[in-house]
Amino acid sequence: MSTETPLIGDFHASPAANPLGGARIGVVTFPGTLDDRDAARAIRLGGGTAVPLWHADESLQNVDAIVLPGGFSYGDYLRAGAIARFAPMMNKIIAAATASSGTRLPVLGICNGFQMLTESHLLPGSMVKNDHLKFLCRDQVLRVENTSTPWTSQFTDDELIAVPLKNQDGQYLADPATLEALEAEGRVVFRYVGENPNGSRNGIAGVTNETHNVVGLMPHPEHAVEAGYGPDDATGMRSGTDGLTIFTSVIASLAGGAQ
Amino acid sequence: MSEPTVTDKEFNIDTVEHASTTPDTDLPWAALGLKSDEYDRIVKILGRRPTAAELAMYSVMWSEHCSYKSSKVHLRQFGEKVTEEMKKDLMVGIGENAGVTNLGDGWAVTFKIESHNHPSFVEPYQGAATGVGGIVRDIISMGARPVAVMDPLRLGDIDHPDTKRVLPGVVSGIGGYGNSLGLPNIGGEVVFDSVYQDNPLVNALAVGVMRHEDIRLANASGVGNRVVLFGARTGGDGIGGASVLASESFDDSKPSKRPAVQVGDPFAEKVLIECCLELFHAELVEGIQDLGAAGISCATSELASNGEGGMHVELTNVLLRDPTLTPGEILMSESQERMMAVVTPANAAEFERVMAKWEVEYSWLGEVTDTGRLIIEWDGETIVDVDPRTVAHDGPVYERPYHRPEWQDALQADTFRSSAAGANLPETAQELGGAVVDLMTSPNMADVSWITDQFDRFVGGNTALSQPDDSGVIRVDEETGLGVGLSTDANARYAYLDPYAGAQLALAESYRNVATSGAVPMAVSDCLNFGSPEDPEVMWQFAEAVRGLADGCQELGVPVTGGNVSLYNQTAGRAIHPTPVVGVLGKFDDVGRRTPSGFERWADGQAIYLLGTTADELDGSEFARGRDHLGGLPPKVDLGAEKMLGEILINASRDGMIDAAHDLSEGGLAAGLAEMALRFGVGARVAVDGICERDGVDPFTALFSESQARALVALPRSEELRFTDMTSARGFPALRIGVVDASSGDLEVAGPYAGGSFTLGLDELREAWSAVIPSRFASLGEATEAVRQEK
Repeated sequence: MSTETPLIGDFHASPAANPLGGARIGVVTFPGTLDDRDAARAIRLGGGTAVPLWHADESLQNVDAIVLPGGFSYGDYLRAGAIARFAPMMNKIIAAATASSGTRLPVLGICNGFQMLTESHLLPGSMVKNDHLKFLCRDQVLRVENTSTPWTSQFTDDELIAVPLKNQDGQYLADPATLEALEAEGRVVFRYVGENPNGSRNGIAGVTNETHNVVGLMPHPEHAVEAGYGPDDATGMRSGTDGLTIFTSVIASLAGGAQ
Repeated sequence: MSEPTVTDKEFNIDTVEHASTTPDTDLPWAALGLKSDEYDRIVKILGRRPTAAELAMYSVMWSEHCSYKSSKVHLRQFGEKVTEEMKKDLMVGIGENAGVTNLGDGWAVTFKIESHNHPSFVEPYQGAATGVGGIVRDIISMGARPVAVMDPLRLGDIDHPDTKRVLPGVVSGIGGYGNSLGLPNIGGEVVFDSVYQDNPLVNALAVGVMRHEDIRLANASGVGNRVVLFGARTGGDGIGGASVLASESFDDSKPSKRPAVQVGDPFAEKVLIECCLELFHAELVEGIQDLGAAGISCATSELASNGEGGMHVELTNVLLRDPTLTPGEILMSESQERMMAVVTPANAAEFERVMAKWEVEYSWLGEVTDTGRLIIEWDGETIVDVDPRTVAHDGPVYERPYHRPEWQDALQADTFRSSAAGANLPETAQELGGAVVDLMTSPNMADVSWITDQFDRFVGGNTALSQPDDSGVIRVDEETGLGVGLSTDANARYAYLDPYAGAQLALAESYRNVATSGAVPMAVSDCLNFGSPEDPEVMWQFAEAVRGLADGCQELGVPVTGGNVSLYNQTAGRAIHPTPVVGVLGKFDDVGRRTPSGFERWADGQAIYLLGTTADELDGSEFARGRDHLGGLPPKVDLGAEKMLGEILINASRDGMIDAAHDLSEGGLAAGLAEMALRFGVGARVAVDGICERDGVDPFTALFSESQARALVALPRSEELRFTDMTSARGFPALRIGVVDASSGDLEVAGPYAGGSFTLGLDELREAWSAVIPSRFASLGEATEAVRQEK
């Protein structure tokens, strides 16, 4: 049994069953998605099973949670995420995430995935070009300010984590009333620590919805899951694995029947 | 609005039949870049005058860019100076889109460097972007998944106003395209020198991996198989780019060439990558070729001549962005993000299914024949009827005259020590410390993160090392850790002083960088950037550099697997310095063993060793550049020593003896130490006394000489004995020069000079070192501040 995320062929080919990982987490690929393999790897390293989903399909394949990975869907030639938001798969996800009865599907949007979540109004606010107008890639420290979501349950309150940041359109905007509500309701999940890398309002890096099952963030936790390939940290070069906790959190939440 | 149809076109079609009856028609062969003897040759080959479409094809395919007509006679050495031993891992050699090297465990790797110099000067963003796009398509067309890119850049003076136009455009073009493809950018070079003011060099390297069974070649085999063009539509961009842009120098007397630069669509390319990999995986294509320079002319003639020899194409089937294009323009268009494939009739439906899934447009153009002729029709009328070999392979070959420049002797006699620049050298601790700061804050030694932070280095999750480490390292197999390390290097100042040695020094540095990070060097790709081949002195530089590189590769036992030649990098009679950029690819059994280039915080107290010996070699150095001097002879090449140093560094990495290693090149020991300390902000205490004593050099020389085959390593005390046993068993000089000092935050260098030692605070040094480039190109901080003030 192969447990790798192969470079050749694709992870779309029947995901290997993971006897220990009951959680099945869907990873949606759109035209122009880039970080789908990385998200699948992070789910596997977190102990779950990644289930590849195609944007044009309509079946959620009974997954327990969804990751919308980063990239440049449709080239981001219109507003980032604005076209992907209308994919058939997105309609299914929106319905499952906002279900009025039963468990609401946990959804994580990373970078372009976050942009899709704001475009589809699962999350408030929107993203515009970084205030310095350039693509920026760097190791970024974040403060975890909400540990009540299924995606952050294993962090401690106000824990500082380091994950890579890399984007062009990462400046988070919302009107003052929305910002006030987000702050008042504790729905800011991640906040930039140190210099604001893109001009985001209130230094917001990630937010959640009112029911806390949907989380979006601009930086990339899926690039900080494996020592040797993540951001630098105190233990050494590229050793940071803080992002993994996001994936172990959701898997534990699902196993524990939370949400 | 109705779709434009063929009959809407308002031009006369010059058919083969028409050409045979109108032998005296004047054709614009000169404007298309052909010489009169070349045109005569086409007429002789065809036995009649060419049609307009045929002329378009021959002119682009016989251009310098596509035919290598000036360089071919020299490049043969890369194939000739190769031993059986060097060929053992070579699966596909020079001549295909890119060479393929066996990596073991059923994996193969392919890589190549190309130039996009002229377009990037005309339109920096699109020129650089499509440079990345083009080299990535070369990698895809071998059947590989592209896994990383690198970008060796050379620009004019950092303070020249035009550099402010070119550099930011080039950087955002590389980022805008490469980032959107999901390819980590793992390294490159940035050099500022006024010789590149009107001829910046934008080279791009791409590397891809595949399983052995997935290797694909560009040939049209199987009579009756269908030929399909897919990807982006064909438009008017880049028409004549290959023949005009790459073959002529910029000159004020010519009209603007702006429209000739292609426009990139990275989203289309990303979809094309995934779509092609799905085609390969399902074994749906018999042969494949990317469309780059010379577009359909190149793809049809190369596919046909490499396969059964014939092809029949209906050109009106080509999907167009601009319905007014003439057949000749369609044949020459360099519109990006297009591929041509050969598909069996049985697989056609499945091919169409994959196209539909990825929403890629395609059109069936024709079929493979065994007639030995490439026949292209326009609405049923024959407009091209040629032997495809005469277009693709039998272009002119020139034995350009060359001679050693008259001025070369005087240049080599003007040594640094004998010049005015060599007077008043730093001697005291204070002067030497100041000279190190000056060196590290010079444009070519400064921190390049303003550039590299605009590139995604994480995507894919397999990047084990990237800029600023000695090489970029990518994991290929997640289970075993099998992977590759890559570096590109060239020192054009050395090559100017001695092109033969300069090419070998570029090879040596690239080889050393790869070995320093722990990879076993396996293969070479080169991008040879030179001035006009019609200048015998430039041609001599080229001939010498190729000879040097071929000899060097043979001595080091690494074959050249592919590459690119960029000539005519010359404006108003002034050529660039000869710039042979050499990329070396190495193999890791486990990339987890890669050696970083700096001292890590937990490594406090580790011993620092200098490997190799230091001689008085300041000619062409960065220190000399700081004093505006260029003359003398470059550092001595010793490939035997490079090979041995490489073995030591690779073994030490594999056996876990060393925790940091950095090669010494530009800026010598001074730069090497500063870079190792700046990498993680961890200092060191070293003394140069031992070097001065052993090698008989003064402290200034010990710090700033650029002697080759040297590296610095840091290792735990527990490994010192094992390590020095290894170096002494090989008789390779190794000298303990200091220790890692994680607590002080300083780099302290003692030596036999007045004052005893100098100390550089790493925080201050970093601030100055990292401000050099942003201060010229609107820093993140400034731009951010300006916008934030407005809010």
